[in-house]
Amino acid sequence: MAKLPGATHVSSRFYRIALVASLLVSLVLPFVVPVYYVQFLSKAMLMGILALALNLVVGYGGLVSLCHAAFFGLAGYVLALTSPASGGASIFITLPLAMIVVAAVAAVIGALSLRTRGIYFIMATLAFGEMLFYLFHDTKIGGGSDGIYIYYEPEAVIAGFRLVDLGNKTHFYFVSLGALFLTLLFLKGLVGSPFGHALAAARDNERRALSLGFPVFGLRLAAFVISAVIAAVAGYLSAAQFGFVAPQMLGWHLSATVLVMVVLGGLSSLVGPLVGAIALMGLEEVLKSLFDNWKLVKGLIIIALVFLLPGGLQQLGALVMPERGEAPDTTGEAVEEKAHG
Amino acid sequence: MSKSDLIIRPDRRRFLLGASGLVAGASAFRFPTPAIAQGAPLKVGLMLPYSGTFGRLGQFIDNGFRLYAEQQGGKLGGRAIEFVQIDDESKPESATDNMNRLVGRDKVDIVVGTVHSGVAMAMVKVARDTNTMLVIPNAGVNEATGPLCAPHIFRTSFSNWQVCQPMGKVMFDAGHKNVATITWRYAAGQQMVDAFKEGFTAAGGKVVEDLAVPFPEVEFQALITRIATLKPDAVFAFFAGGGAVKFVRDYAAAGLSKSIPLYGAGFLTDGTLQAQGDAAEGIKTTLHYADNLDGATNKTFSEAFLKKTGKEGDIYAVQGYDAAALLDIGLKAVKGDFTARAPMVAAMRAAKIDSPRGPVSFNKGNNPVQDIYLREVRKGQNVKIGVAGKAVDDPARGCRA
Amino acid sequence: MNAATFAVQLLNGVQYGLVLFLVASGLSLVFGILGVINLAHGAFYMLGAYLAYWLSAYTGNFLVALIGGTAIAFVIGLVLEEVFVKRMIGRDHLAQVLLSFGFILVIDESRQILFGKDVHSVPPPDWLKGSIQLTELLSYPIYRLALCVFCLIVAAIIFFVIQKTRLGMIIRAGAENRDMTRALGISFDRLNRYVFAGGIALAALGGILVAPVSTVFPGMGDGMLILSFVVVVLGGIGSVAGAAIGALLIGLTDTFGKVFFPQVSSILIYVLMAGILLWRPNGLLGKQGH
Repeated sequence: MAKLPGATHVSSRFYRIALVASLLVSLVLPFVVPVYYVQFLSKAMLMGILALALNLVVGYGGLVSLCHAAFFGLAGYVLALTSPASGGASIFITLPLAMIVVAAVAAVIGALSLRTRGIYFIMATLAFGEMLFYLFHDTKIGGGSDGIYIYYEPEAVIAGFRLVDLGNKTHFYFVSLGALFLTLLFLKGLVGSPFGHALAAARDNERRALSLGFPVFGLRLAAFVISAVIAAVAGYLSAAQFGFVAPQMLGWHLSATVLVMVVLGGLSSLVGPLVGAIALMGLEEVLKSLFDNWKLVKGLIIIALVFLLPGGLQQLGALVMPERGEAPDTTGEAVEEKAHG
Repeated sequence: MSKSDLIIRPDRRRFLLGASGLVAGASAFRFPTPAIAQGAPLKVGLMLPYSGTFGRLGQFIDNGFRLYAEQQGGKLGGRAIEFVQIDDESKPESATDNMNRLVGRDKVDIVVGTVHSGVAMAMVKVARDTNTMLVIPNAGVNEATGPLCAPHIFRTSFSNWQVCQPMGKVMFDAGHKNVATITWRYAAGQQMVDAFKEGFTAAGGKVVEDLAVPFPEVEFQALITRIATLKPDAVFAFFAGGGAVKFVRDYAAAGLSKSIPLYGAGFLTDGTLQAQGDAAEGIKTTLHYADNLDGATNKTFSEAFLKKTGKEGDIYAVQGYDAAALLDIGLKAVKGDFTARAPMVAAMRAAKIDSPRGPVSFNKGNNPVQDIYLREVRKGQNVKIGVAGKAVDDPARGCRA
Repeated sequence: MNAATFAVQLLNGVQYGLVLFLVASGLSLVFGILGVINLAHGAFYMLGAYLAYWLSAYTGNFLVALIGGTAIAFVIGLVLEEVFVKRMIGRDHLAQVLLSFGFILVIDESRQILFGKDVHSVPPPDWLKGSIQLTELLSYPIYRLALCVFCLIVAAIIFFVIQKTRLGMIIRAGAENRDMTRALGISFDRLNRYVFAGGIALAALGGILVAPVSTVFPGMGDGMLILSFVVVVLGGIGSVAGAAIGALLIGLTDTFGKVFFPQVSSILIYVLMAGILLWRPNGLLGKQGH
């Protein structure tokens, strides 16, 4: 696997400039583009958070999870179900609540699924994710297949002072941006920590990690739960943005799409999934306006990605600027697979 | 620039905001341009299911709406119109996005839609947030003209309550004391069954069991077997489109139609009879329309619709047709000046439409007040055999408009 | 519930389980032999149903649709294996997941271009129309009974091939231990191709058979895919007998769940799965090696 990102990039000047530039652009953008695109950008950033969360498990943990949309959607449902009918719920109560609920559910699903390996793990996460989907789709808990509306967006009021107005598109944009920034900082710290190194070691060679005394199961479970909680933040905000949650928010098609974002951006870097998320969402928006059958094009692009660009857009960057060093390595999981026969 | 930007919404939050709010507010504010006066065509967004389970229904509504507009020379209230079409696929999860696209990106003035109740709810929400005028040509979800009612949100079809509540008394009077219900487990199904139960238990009947399958599942075998176990006097069912075809056929194939008569909301046998064939014979339903309604308006409408599309008109076509008629009345009252929102809305609320289905007026929630007919399927036709309720008015529970 | 209607519900459950078995056994074999995860399995089920609609509308003959649809799916399977899936063997599962997700989008949209998005129903063949009286109140459609019989025949053929033929021996050996089988000098290339195409054909066959009792609609593959996955998790990868047990368990759980616990019926299946995962992480009949 490639070196852990962030810390070791030598040619990082280019990246630092790019980072500052994109930060500046993201601060100015909502004031110059139409409201529709401010909304769109907020949505893209929330997807970016979800992709970042998933990459903790997929990229650093080497575990292909197909149930992260379920955590994303579950958090949205927590908001919907705790929103009073007559006003906004307090974000300071409902957001932590959503995170706790998702953490608990993820701990159970993770503990069960992590008993399995490889294909079984993918299938088990898929099935448990769909279980949550059907829980909301087929029962009366959350309005069934119609979903539920959140008529009042959550309120961020401390001692009578309103910090932000989540109903305002520009405010919401900056809340999303802030959440994204915090997620990046948090993940950067996490993957650079001993925990992150141990997780990556378990991915690269589970037996060796075990023989070195790493609690592999516990490490993976912790990563799974942490990533689910980050996904919950994205899901919570996403529900608040449109004031609506539907079972499809939990469905595996979203999980798979986010996986595409992760791979598109590149597994081996911290910001890769974010780039992938924005690229894929932008691409979809363009395809939608160009083709009736835009999903066909999207499908073909995904197939092409698998064969031509297994390292994602990063690899493309490496092809353009070969001096940047080795192409990212995505075979970590294959190693693990061999170890388990 | 859209009309919705022009209307300044009283927003108490904006006053509470600090400096950042002012900046944000300023960026969202744009100068009103008088360019969109009488000359430019009015943009009508048609957000309907053009595909999927309700695809045919969407087509008929679309055709009905266009038929009325064509009869007025392509204008409504003297104002030229242009259409922006979007296929909502009856998917609630993409409804907010689709509606935002229409209102935010395509800048339509009026939205007409849709069939699926869940999708309609999303549309109502966006319409309320952006103060966009919305006319619902089918979805009967009670909330749209109940707790979520708004002066600029109209419905030209029915409320779920309205169509089914009268059936309760009809079935009780027919001698059915114990009845089982079956529907899709989604808002529309639930509300129709609830309204039926309200009428049925008030008359003195007893519901022995409520059965439901997830929407849009069509594997009914286990529940049909369950009905045979329960042996109720009769069954009240709500399904629509492809699901209605499948259920009626499966019910007959299981031999139950001979021993346990099937009743339902009109959608069970509307627009589906050809596919249902003999299996549908004898089913009694309630609806605000029937195939053989006499009256000059229905006759002219049916002929014109057949001429335009080559197909027999149905209730969906009528609802689309009336949606255009309602907008026509509103726009005529203000001579096509869409910016005169208040008088236009007032004219629409006071409208008396001579609809192909019969006389229609509007209640305080902007839901139609209309007769509900009792129909029976005879030789592949929904024949009116009586009036289940005269000038039925939805109670508009929770509406504070 | 009296004995007669209980028996009818049992029949409903078994019939559902048998269809599920056809589809899931194909998925399980592809997993077991190729080691490739195929998320597009449900899409082929859906495609089969649309092929049944299209072919039977064109020819007016359901038998033609049955044979033709399965054959078309088999050929598509051969092509896909040759062009794409072959290159996936041995690559990480992530790539396989993405590839098959891409397949789903392409198949869905192609179906939309070819057949549209509408919901259709497919008439059963004339000689299987009608119902027979089972209880005093209840009749049972003949087609559903025929469906059971047909599925049983196909299941018997699958078991015969797996247990009694040389091909089946190789398949079993391959599912058991790939490297060992290869070391014995057995070529996998041809085997892989036929197993993959066979798996796809089974999925499509399931869709074709179900078309007359269900309606044909775009999203029908999704539910089937998930259920097939659950069957494979329950039964164990590569085990056809495991798939049979898993499928029947799910068919019965679902049918009786709908009757007795309508609110939670679709959750019951996953509770069952969670229980089995706790007890035997690699499925009832899977290798318990780890």
